[in-house]
Amino acid sequence: MRPAFSVIFLTTLIGAAQGLFLALYLAELAARFGWIAGVSGAFYAAGSALVVVLMMLGLVASIFHLGRPERGWRAAARWRTSWLSREIIVLPLFTAGAFFYGLVHWLLPAESAARITAPLGAATAVLAVALYVCTAMIYACLKFLQEWATPLTVVNYTLLGLASGFTLATAYSAFAAPALAGFFGPYALLLTAAAVLTRTASLARNARLKPRSTLQTAIGIRHPRIVQTSMGMMGGAFNTREFFHGRTRTMLRAVKWLFLLLVFPIPAALLVAGLARDSAPLLAAAFVLQYLGLLAERWFFFAQANHPQNLYYQSIA
Amino acid sequence: MTQLALVIDLNVCVGCHACVTSCKEWNTSGAAGPMADFNPYGADPTGTFFNRVQTFEVGEYPNTQTVHFPKSCLHCEEPPCVPVCPTGASYKRPEDGIVLVDYDKCIGCKYCSWACPYGARELDKKQRVMKKCTLCVDRIYDANLPPAERKPACVLACPTNARLFGDVHDPQSEVSQAIRDRAGYALMPEWGTQPANHYLPRRRTDLKIEVEELARVDNPLKIDGKLPKPAHSDPALDDVTSW
Repeated sequence: MRPAFSVIFLTTLIGAAQGLFLALYLAELAARFGWIAGVSGAFYAAGSALVVVLMMLGLVASIFHLGRPERGWRAAARWRTSWLSREIIVLPLFTAGAFFYGLVHWLLPAESAARITAPLGAATAVLAVALYVCTAMIYACLKFLQEWATPLTVVNYTLLGLASGFTLATAYSAFAAPALAGFFGPYALLLTAAAVLTRTASLARNARLKPRSTLQTAIGIRHPRIVQTSMGMMGGAFNTREFFHGRTRTMLRAVKWLFLLLVFPIPAALLVAGLARDSAPLLAAAFVLQYLGLLAERWFFFAQANHPQNLYYQSIA
Repeated sequence: MTQLALVIDLNVCVGCHACVTSCKEWNTSGAAGPMADFNPYGADPTGTFFNRVQTFEVGEYPNTQTVHFPKSCLHCEEPPCVPVCPTGASYKRPEDGIVLVDYDKCIGCKYCSWACPYGARELDKKQRVMKKCTLCVDRIYDANLPPAERKPACVLACPTNARLFGDVHDPQSEVSQAIRDRAGYALMPEWGTQPANHYLPRRRTDLKIEVEELARVDNPLKIDGKLPKPAHSDPALDDVTSW
């Protein structure tokens, strides 16, 4: 597939936002149960504001993906069958949940706020997880895009989003509430470590895939040697633009190693160093580099998927 | 239940692209808006088409066959493009099984084109909505046309009659009989999409001549050696002149 930057930014930005919200809510729960010292409502309010800003940026990016964004509201219609429709319903609900969660923390004193934010945060946390599932299922439900059609897609979207969200929470708390950086940091490392396992598992799976569709099934002729001599046109068409990345294998391999380095070992090392030295800039660098790595990871995710329609478009003539 | 579909006979398609141009002519002139072309006379032309004729070479020289392969939306009975549409713009008509796009509801998210393994859908760059073959739905029910012309434009244009149109659920229809009697098959059966359109395979027409047909060997007079056997080059009416 041709990687669309609108979708790359959308999925990575909202993934980090959902992870950040889950981190904030986890901290609130931990403080409530007395595992960590409580922090001010302003910490949660500013964190939620960051969540909402990231969600809005993702939403703006997604608008560039649509041919007719002014009709976007119609996309909520088919939630019974379409994962895209479900995502479009859950996305604003989650954003609204995070907004009100931050608003309550900001307006009310800590004791009275907790009575509202505990259930509100729980509901929003459920929406955050649901949004991971919806986003990933958009790709995982397309069974003939074999690179995507696996439960690993859902696991990877969730774990990569959580990892970047908790890394962001670590970096954010290093500036806003340094005591909490030591709470988020180990979770960020743990999630990054889990994500490297599942992402490499999906890479290993995809390297061994055997395409179910061949030129033989595509045109229904049983012969081992079939060559297309004409795809019916000399110029380009939607079919030649949308479904192939148009890059070399070398570039694909380079992007794969780039993201494998940027998403996992480098941020993990920066997290460890940042936590050991109490260095906020190192923790911020960990998030920025991991996010850049996730952009490469998402690019590779799209580019690697091999659409069977490409069988029909192999020879310009 | 009716399921309208095309049956395309690869044995007689000569790859003339008449169905392509006729499809474009009819569908670009309709009320649904043009199928936009960009840069049509320039170096890098592009445009929206519902139908293409592709060419494949099967086999190794000198034993090759050239197969012309017209390709358009297959109007699947289990269309994977329909349930993924978030707006309901993509739908399958229950009354005749045609898969259509409501251009006024489509948001141009391209998700349906990702969900079609055949590459049958194209995003129109001008209208910014997804388009595809409609089986000329604005033509096949038009009571102002003579009944013989109430067929898709591609079917009417085909000079070799390689394209048949009808209801594949009616066992007595021309298309059902063609599929049954001439081994009609569906594309990419591995995905369970159950395409309504079918293709009829290439058929080799061999003339098989046995040696006995050239020189009769079972003439009893010859077997008994009662008659001299004439040479092959002799004028012969077989049983008549050989004695």
